[in-house]
Amino acid sequence: MANSIFNEYKNKLPKKIIEDIEKELPKNISSSKLKIILEKVYQEYLNSRVEPGESIGIISAESIGEPGTQMTLNTFHFAGVAEMNVTVGLPRIIEILDGRKLIKTPLMEIYLTKPYSDGTDIKKIAQSIKQTTFKDFIEEISVEITEGIIKIKLDEEKSKGTDVTEKRLNQVLERVLKGYSIKKQEDTLIIKSKSKNENLGEIYRLKEKIKDVYVSGVKKITQVLPVKRNDEFIIITAGTNLKEVLKLDFVDKTRTITNDVFEIYDVLGVEAARETIINEVYKVIENQGLNVDIRHIMLVADTMTFSGKVNGITRYGVISEKASILARASFETPIKHLINASLVGETDNLKSVIENVMLNQPVPVGTGLPDLVTKIK
Amino acid sequence: MTTDYLFKKIDKIRFGVISHKMIKKMASAKIVTPELYDKEGYPVDGGLMDTRLGVIDPGLKCKTCGSKLKECIGHFGYIELARPVIHVKFVKIILDLLRCTCQECGKILLPDEYIKKHMKKFSSIEKRKGQKFKRVKVKELIVKLKTINKCPHCKAKLSKIKIEKPYTFYQGDKRLNPIEIRTRLEKIPDEDCRLFGLNPEVVRPEWMILTLMAIPPVTMRPSITLESGERSEDDLTHKLGDVVRINQRLFENINAGAPEIIIEDLWDLLQYHITTFFDNNIAQLPPARHRSGQPLKTITERIKSKEGRIRHNLAGKRTNFSSRTVISPDSMLALDEVGIPKEVAMKLTIPERITEWNFEYLKKYVENGPKKYPGANYIIRPDGKKKKITDETKEQLLEELQPGYYVERQLLDGDVAIFNRQPSLHRMSMMCHRIKVLPYLTFRLNPAVCAPYNADFDGDEMNLHIPQTEEARAEAEILMQVQTQLISPRYGLGIIACNQDAISGNFILTKELKLSREDAIQLLASIGIEDFTNFSNSDIVEGKDVFSFVIPKDFNFKGKTRAGEEVVIEKGKLKKGFMDSANLGSGSGLLIRNLHKNYGSAMTIDILGKLFRLGIKVLLKYGFSTGLADTDLPEESRDKIKEILSNSEVKVDSLIQSYVKNELNALPGRTVRETLELRILETLNKARNECGRIVFKTLDKNSHTLIMANSGARGNIINLAQMASCVGQQALRGERIERGYKDRTLSCFKQDALGSEAHGFIGRGFKQGLKPHEFFFMAMTGRDSLMDTALRTPKSGYLYRRLANSMQDLKVEYDYTVRNASKKIVQFTYGDDGLDVSRTEGGNINIKKIIQSVL
Repeated sequence: MANSIFNEYKNKLPKKIIEDIEKELPKNISSSKLKIILEKVYQEYLNSRVEPGESIGIISAESIGEPGTQMTLNTFHFAGVAEMNVTVGLPRIIEILDGRKLIKTPLMEIYLTKPYSDGTDIKKIAQSIKQTTFKDFIEEISVEITEGIIKIKLDEEKSKGTDVTEKRLNQVLERVLKGYSIKKQEDTLIIKSKSKNENLGEIYRLKEKIKDVYVSGVKKITQVLPVKRNDEFIIITAGTNLKEVLKLDFVDKTRTITNDVFEIYDVLGVEAARETIINEVYKVIENQGLNVDIRHIMLVADTMTFSGKVNGITRYGVISEKASILARASFETPIKHLINASLVGETDNLKSVIENVMLNQPVPVGTGLPDLVTKIK
Repeated sequence: MTTDYLFKKIDKIRFGVISHKMIKKMASAKIVTPELYDKEGYPVDGGLMDTRLGVIDPGLKCKTCGSKLKECIGHFGYIELARPVIHVKFVKIILDLLRCTCQECGKILLPDEYIKKHMKKFSSIEKRKGQKFKRVKVKELIVKLKTINKCPHCKAKLSKIKIEKPYTFYQGDKRLNPIEIRTRLEKIPDEDCRLFGLNPEVVRPEWMILTLMAIPPVTMRPSITLESGERSEDDLTHKLGDVVRINQRLFENINAGAPEIIIEDLWDLLQYHITTFFDNNIAQLPPARHRSGQPLKTITERIKSKEGRIRHNLAGKRTNFSSRTVISPDSMLALDEVGIPKEVAMKLTIPERITEWNFEYLKKYVENGPKKYPGANYIIRPDGKKKKITDETKEQLLEELQPGYYVERQLLDGDVAIFNRQPSLHRMSMMCHRIKVLPYLTFRLNPAVCAPYNADFDGDEMNLHIPQTEEARAEAEILMQVQTQLISPRYGLGIIACNQDAISGNFILTKELKLSREDAIQLLASIGIEDFTNFSNSDIVEGKDVFSFVIPKDFNFKGKTRAGEEVVIEKGKLKKGFMDSANLGSGSGLLIRNLHKNYGSAMTIDILGKLFRLGIKVLLKYGFSTGLADTDLPEESRDKIKEILSNSEVKVDSLIQSYVKNELNALPGRTVRETLELRILETLNKARNECGRIVFKTLDKNSHTLIMANSGARGNIINLAQMASCVGQQALRGERIERGYKDRTLSCFKQDALGSEAHGFIGRGFKQGLKPHEFFFMAMTGRDSLMDTALRTPKSGYLYRRLANSMQDLKVEYDYTVRNASKKIVQFTYGDDGLDVSRTEGGNINIKKIIQSVL
């Protein structure tokens, strides 16, 4: 019975409101009362709806711009985890809305599947994700100028606790050092060029190269930190590589996320990128103790992503997509826009706000919207 | 004032490049001489100030249109250049054109069949995706064609075209002069132009090389007469003078058959002058300067940047009928009123049209004239002529007055005005108030509306605008009036609410106060309540009842205080709990939000005004001030604090000891040193918080300082603890203070000292006073936070500008989708549910309440 009444309102009310009603309803409610409730909520909903013509964009821009003045600029703040740096405050918001490809503090939250999330071997799992390079396993690397060889002293202490063995290290070296011979003398490796005329500069370069050779783990992940969050262990990482991490079998692929919008866009698509923008911006604003309704952030995220890719709110991003020349010119680099427009013979149809402000005409939002239509016989 | 009907509307604007024919056609004078004025000071014919180009002197008539100053908008002229010159702004496209077309036959370096194919592709892209994508494709094509060195049409061998910035072209090693370039560009067929993204209807490539130059009208570059009677010409006139002079010289030299080198030099000079006329900020060119050395402001500089034509003059408008002074508070005003000085009221006017019915009423104002309030300053005849009312003209004007005339009468109580404080960051920064004319020289406003304006009274100034038309007034009253702005669209809760004293006053009143009946009635009468028929008859009245008397009789409310205690209002009676910032304050104010929901905005601001005054009057009666004694601690808790601090000192020392002995375990991802810092910070913060707790526990609950903190009116426990016991760690960029001398922060510490005191921990309160080094550390963090604010403001300002610029066209359509100016859908329903945040309660519909109301 109750269901059929609900069904009647399913198309009239948004899903979330229906769900809320279902949650709040007492168990044994009579259908007549339910009907009254639903009708009342529906009336309330109609009363609270946005009105057509409302210039919702400006309201959202104001709602995010105004608290911007109250945010801190301090980059280094400890959010959530005491041991990791996270960009917060205004710089982070600017970073997200700019649509920057390289963010200052990339971060991942890796959730684990059932047996691993209990915390057994969590440290080992975490370490296995962390990217290691050759220099993480050596005590000393030096060049003997007179003989033209590189000496590497391995440090067994450092490889303890990981599954990197000496054999693996040797394999890695061999792959990189083609045309060089590797000899082992006690605990040092000696690398010598096979060809006679070795160049000293080359050897120095080689030495630097060896240091940065990738050995194990997921690339780009520079730090790992297992944390307990709500009864389960997760791994927080500095540096992100979502694509590779999702390939690991102990990772819960449904919940693992990164704070890099572009990476999400590449791996999971625009919708996910939009969601990430919303979440990240909301997180920052909440963190600062400010109150901004999520609808405003959604609108910003949608303007950034509605074209199908992620555009920053910059003159190269969202604003360059505007149809009106004068609107673009009034933002930044006006000369460029005017010249390009004249070469193509572009027309400005004066459909948006700023051009009409410039020309002293009513703007096509809000009360400027209604017009009289007359039939001419 | 005549009625303004909108006769014409600009529908669209088309951009294009002006052709030589067009320059000549639209010109009304040919400029031949660099001289400006003759001996008598009249403009020279054929000079740059020629009266055929418009007039800027009063008294002169324009020779072209015959109208006088201000009526004539000016006319273009032209000069014939002795040799063609490249237009700098087109250098890039000229280079592309030269590189990608044949040097012999002028066709694009693309076989015929490909031309058609690309053509189709471009036009379909333009239609589907717009100009921006086409531009990308054109660029790709140009990159491809650039490297071809043989013409596919005439098989001519092509040599490389180079450019020496800003405008010198070379073909191989030979320099191409503009004449040659022009002939090359002329050869390019119309069809091929399209492949470069050019539209041959509005731009032919050869038009990018100037042979004629348009001279802007005089009205665009007016000269100013200095006090000394000397004339000072506009920058553009100066530059044009240079152009004309060099052009004349070049002509003469060519006619005299001067050697090629001289002609070349003059030609280059002409090119330079014309280039800087268009843009005086080209990287490789020295900017043209005044004699004083300051660079000339030429066309590009006029348009560009914040002070340029577009952002300063076109997108930014200025108004008359506005006023600005210092603001001061007046809680006896209603929330939607603004007090304005009489002096202002007598200067600002509202035009009122005379009809048969208001004739006598308006006549009275004219009779009073501009000097006697309330009067009128001007009358406007039906033909639009404005007449000032003075003692001399008054009699005559009074006789003349009849329906159809307008009277600009002075402001009266009840007129509407728009009140504004910069920075206008949200729509509540401009609200519509009713005017109340008051003595003294400041604008007065109710302190409850400080929050939306973000105003205080330490010298803030605000602006007042008087809407002049019926439409503007209607719009202001319906859309902008204070009561319509009670709920912030940012979070759906009230921003106009009680603050500071009003909160502590109501807090005291509802928490514990008992008044005699007489006092209670006096209190209520002083806030503007007159009807006491239903007031309680007992001799002692509870403060709660006094409060309840202000709110409506049928109001039910359940809420929580800041501390989480229950607040119950039943049938307009405060039954349980007390008032504090959670229910009255801005940004939460649930009580006020509910009043608004139930009784609408007009009643809410009335109640709000009363509550505000009630709070203040209670304090006035009760006496409220804060003093040093509020932070006095008893001996015993002082000892306790001392103990906590010394304990933490010991803890820090032991941490340092273990660090020095290398026994400290590093946290994951951190060095040992960083770990030490974190641990020390943690210990010290814990100590400070503990001190705060003790202070909070021991302080007198009835001390005024604590009342303020508890009610949420102002200040918090941390402020109190800082005063009473311990200021705490001074943090610079999230770390302890590290900078200063070599290996130490100040010279009074040992080198490499790691202790808490040496790195900015202040273990005493403000009341005890700080030691010099502590004072210095505080100054450091104080300065850091000043820097932070100073750097943040422009950053967030720019972010706001970008957001506003990119989203200003988004609006809700009649089908409830959110679309941009090109009607592309951004959201299918606004915010996924189509709710207007300013009509919700904190972003939601209060379902719980609806269900409860039905049950």
